[in-house]
Amino acid sequence: MTTDAHSEVLTAEQGTSLWKDAWRRLRKNRLALFGLWVLLLFVIIALLTPWLAPYAHDAQNLDMGATPPSAAHWLGTDIFGRDLLTQIMYGGRISLAVGFVATAVALVIGVTWGAVAGYVGGRVDAVMMRLVDILYALPFMIFIVLLMVVFGRNLLLLFLAIGAVEWLTMARIMRGQVQSLRQQEFVEAAISLGLSPATIVRRHLVPNALGPIIVYTTLTIPSVMLLEAFLSFLGLGVQPPATSWGLLISYGAETMEEYPWLLIFPGAALTLTLFALNFLGDGLRDALDVRGSGD
Amino acid sequence: MALLSVRDLQVDFTTRNGRVTAVNRISFDVESGKITAIIGESGSGKSVCCYSLLGLLPTPPASVEHGTAHFEGRDLLAMSEAQLREIRGRDIAMIFQDPMTCLNPYMTIGEQLIEPLVYHRKVSKAAARERALELLGEVGLRDPAATIDQYPHQFSGGMRQRVMIAMALINEPKLLIADEPTTALDVTIQAQILALVAELQRKRNIGVIFISHDLSVVADIADEIVVMEKGHLVERGDRAAIFERAEHPYTRKLLDAIPAGSKAPSSEVRDDLITVNHLCTWFGQGRGREPLRAVDDVSFTIQRGEVLGLVGESGSGKSTIGRSLLRLVPVTSGEVLFDGTDVTALEGVALKQMRRRMQMIFQDPYASLNPRMSVYDTLAEPLLLHGIESRKTVEQGVLKLMDDVGLARAFVRKYPHEFSGGQRQRIAIGRALATRPEFVVADEPVSALDVTIQAQILELMLELGREYGLTMLFVSHDLAVVRHIADRILVLFKGKVVEQGTGETLFERPQQEYTRQLLQSIPGRALLA
Repeated sequence: MTTDAHSEVLTAEQGTSLWKDAWRRLRKNRLALFGLWVLLLFVIIALLTPWLAPYAHDAQNLDMGATPPSAAHWLGTDIFGRDLLTQIMYGGRISLAVGFVATAVALVIGVTWGAVAGYVGGRVDAVMMRLVDILYALPFMIFIVLLMVVFGRNLLLLFLAIGAVEWLTMARIMRGQVQSLRQQEFVEAAISLGLSPATIVRRHLVPNALGPIIVYTTLTIPSVMLLEAFLSFLGLGVQPPATSWGLLISYGAETMEEYPWLLIFPGAALTLTLFALNFLGDGLRDALDVRGSGD
Repeated sequence: MALLSVRDLQVDFTTRNGRVTAVNRISFDVESGKITAIIGESGSGKSVCCYSLLGLLPTPPASVEHGTAHFEGRDLLAMSEAQLREIRGRDIAMIFQDPMTCLNPYMTIGEQLIEPLVYHRKVSKAAARERALELLGEVGLRDPAATIDQYPHQFSGGMRQRVMIAMALINEPKLLIADEPTTALDVTIQAQILALVAELQRKRNIGVIFISHDLSVVADIADEIVVMEKGHLVERGDRAAIFERAEHPYTRKLLDAIPAGSKAPSSEVRDDLITVNHLCTWFGQGRGREPLRAVDDVSFTIQRGEVLGLVGESGSGKSTIGRSLLRLVPVTSGEVLFDGTDVTALEGVALKQMRRRMQMIFQDPYASLNPRMSVYDTLAEPLLLHGIESRKTVEQGVLKLMDDVGLARAFVRKYPHEFSGGQRQRIAIGRALATRPEFVVADEPVSALDVTIQAQILELMLELGREYGLTMLFVSHDLAVVRHIADRILVLFKGKVVEQGTGETLFERPQQEYTRQLLQSIPGRALLA
């Protein structure tokens, strides 16, 4: 082949990056795509809930009470006669927001913190990780209660509080990854090319540490959603009439013998989300590993 | 009758892209009391062939399609897993390339030695320990009684390999399979291990299969040599026949690939590009302990355009010198003048600019390339960083580099794992040349490669060195390789320079005892001289 032909090949694929390659590989993974579409669907529904929901979120019918699924109320009603589908849709807004925002907070802080500590090493590492240890040792409940007492009850604060706790493990995972990666010769090669430490971390270390980080992230989102339910249950999170999946599940669990649908449907919504997340997470991990299935 | 007689062995692998025949109808014999060497490059099927005999290949993807392997009259390939287990470790033992990964780090070597004996022979622990001590003495471990209760990490690579050999021999096997047992070792240690294998084999009258990619390694010990290429047996014969009257072109290629001869030193007088004065690089080993003097008061100069060879065993500080010059490890004292500028004092922008002028090629092309960056990204990074190419022209720069190092342009979007070792080393060389450096440190750039690939990469480096006008520090434990490529050679021992000179003077008239010892360790010296 001639030189020109080759440069054409190159130009056609110009701009292929790790992420574009990953997307190409992800598209071939049906399970992961299914997960992605389910999540997107849920997010869209959550965004459009005020217009899509069959009833107002605070509409009650105390005379009717709890009824099983029917034509008027597809998923039934709760003991206050509120439409369960509406409740789940509004609850999804809170749950998904908490799950994604708190995890994103944890991801950004944790990855940065861990990467810096692991790469710089020495005294900086020791100080940074001791701080993580101290936060670990702090009882989580006391921490949250303190925050609530000082700043008052506030949804945004809830996101931050959960994120501020979840990043600790993320930082430790990232630090371990970076510590073993920085011993590798390609990092030394990057140093001798004259790259700055920030660039080395960003371009050479973080992409190589993504596998375990992504897996842990997909595990964090559901655990954050459950944490929110726990806090709400204690009266520290969202309060009625606002609701979340976690809250719906915990109420449903109380009455599951008489009104099983109150547990089944919110539980199904959460479970489906978790499945979708896990499929997507595994798919992403494989897609980001260039050594994975050959193209 | 032969101890092991393999006939028409065929092993296939089922891969994503269909079936691949790794071993294609191979036949050979192994006699008691003789060493049969199987020689070939990686991927030639030499290891697969031996592993399949012992049922050590994962099935699937591997499957033995055809053939017999009679060991003392019984067909190994027809045996059940239980029968094979009886034979493995008792009648047929193996030693592997990397002794560290084959020893359990949490068990003392004594425990590991005794285990197979107790399992296969049902002897008491005390008797087994007696036997283990005796064997450790036999494989040349100093003071076995004191070391038997130590853990693997307390031994050096060579000593670990001796332990592995003792472990293989403890059940008095009739056949020993050695898979590249010296490839991870220094030349001097390699010579000792080779001598040990040959001696033990003679004394015990056992058969040995010695697998290697390097003909010169077996030049002194093999009785029979089997040469494999891409799953086929291309030539078979006794040692003399192979070394003196090789017929197959592939065997000749292997023979030619063995580096030989000295580079003729240039008589031109050139100015010094690099002057190293009293360089010391010490590593702290914790409070209250003596620092490790990896490089101890070393001074030398490198002329512009010269290739300086740096030779020594592991632990001699040769890699540390290279890394000190490039500021990859902190220097303890001394100065490194690069074109008149003291590199050790540079910081910030000045250091970054200096880094552009000096680059490194690393030993392990598997570890030195970022697995998540394509060839394009790897080569474009230095070009853009130092403003050698703009965003618009970087593509042409990358392709030019690929041409220079002999990589097909079509590979530009591929990732490191899709390349062979030699190709990866070409990428690494391309990356080092991307900044248009004046000086390159090559740290054992060919020691992880097959001999034939080694020859190609050395050729490429010499060629590019001329084309780019490079000054090079070539670090290696392999004297033959260094002699081939370097104008001048420094011999290093325990952090100090013990001797220096041109390849010819060092080889013909070594002044120091240590240099002489190094020279004698070069395998196949007598045959290849």
